Amino acid sequence: MTPLDYEFLRKLLKERSGLDLSSDKQYLVESRLVPLARKAALQGIPELVQKMKAGGEALITEVVEAMTTNETFFFRDKIPFDHLRETILPALVQARASRQTLRIWCAASSTGQEPYSVAMCVKEFAGLAGWRVEILATDLSQEVLEKSKAGIYSQFEVQRGLPIQMLVKYFTQIGELWQLNPDIRAMVQHRQLNLLQDFSHLGKFDVIFCRNVLIYFDQGTKTAIFERLARMIEPDGVLTLGAAESVVGISEAFKPYLDRRGLYRPNAEGSVRADAKGLLTRALRAVAAG
Amino acid sequence: MRTCLVVDDSSVIRKVARRILEGLDFQIVEAEDGEKALEACRRGLPDAILLDWNMPVMDGYEFLGNLRRMPGGDQPKVVFCTTENDVAHIARALHAGANEYIMKPFDKDIVTAKFQEVGLI
Repeated sequence: MTPLDYEFLRKLLKERSGLDLSSDKQYLVESRLVPLARKAALQGIPELVQKMKAGGEALITEVVEAMTTNETFFFRDKIPFDHLRETILPALVQARASRQTLRIWCAASSTGQEPYSVAMCVKEFAGLAGWRVEILATDLSQEVLEKSKAGIYSQFEVQRGLPIQMLVKYFTQIGELWQLNPDIRAMVQHRQLNLLQDFSHLGKFDVIFCRNVLIYFDQGTKTAIFERLARMIEPDGVLTLGAAESVVGISEAFKPYLDRRGLYRPNAEGSVRADAKGLLTRALRAVAAG
Repeated sequence: MRTCLVVDDSSVIRKVARRILEGLDFQIVEAEDGEKALEACRRGLPDAILLDWNMPVMDGYEFLGNLRRMPGGDQPKVVFCTTENDVAHIARALHAGANEYIMKPFDKDIVTAKFQEVGLI
């Protein structure tokens, strides 16, 4: 791969998926794209780049998908799901008691382990019986969304993070594979979505999981996405990030919960705008008057 | 240091499991069948037991029943680790008091995830 080929790929990936490759990631590009070139009966990356430049849209999509990292597993990092069960859902059950609906979004949901982990938590949460709970799973890659919809996982995949009792309760064995039961699969809606593009049409959410995806983006892209996510979340909603991620120093749109690592709420100023008659506004007025 | 009894009739599996578990800071005791595992437990109960199902002399399922009837035998966390990979076996094991279940083949990630699941690490 020539330096020019690498530059072309870097630029294209940045535009299409936000992936921010540093100048020393040739090995990563080669490990992902050489097999893809071979599959397409091309000589190697130079020929692949040539075809892409000639306007191979389908090929470009394949390249973008091949370069995304889809590593995930059930109940990844455990703590966010403990928070969901112990803090987030109990609070929302009280706050939404009159309308009895919840909307949860897993942005960059990959092969489905995260949204289905959320679905199992919701299923087991007694206070939500009879509620309308919408779980939306979105990803850039159509290929991983198809796998997610099927809900079929290898023996290896179901043994990373999934308690054995849940495997027995919510999965059906098909030979060496395990498929999530239809009732859990039906709880998750799938939709293809690029986080770089407008997503305001999805409406407001009570909980957003956006974990281990922004780490691949540069600072400016991260900041912009946080601002847009903040407009998608209810004033008392919760944003969950990956274990190694934070908004600190990147965006003022969210504030961390001090005692809940990895959880964020929309910043108060944002919620003043979003909820003009809310408590916060009244409290601020009282301070101003007093 | 926490102790883990590794019960498997294959010395290769015991060696692999030992390497993984020592990496997780466990002190390892080995046994090659259920009978020898019971003897080890009578000498001293471990914190964790990684347990094969099919073994000569006494299999893992029978061992588990005996262990859970011993004084203090409800304490060790038992993680099955077996090629018996069907729901019926898993359900039987859980009913008999197993805490977790690993379907072979396994690797370090799986052992770590399962030991975390039952609160051993």
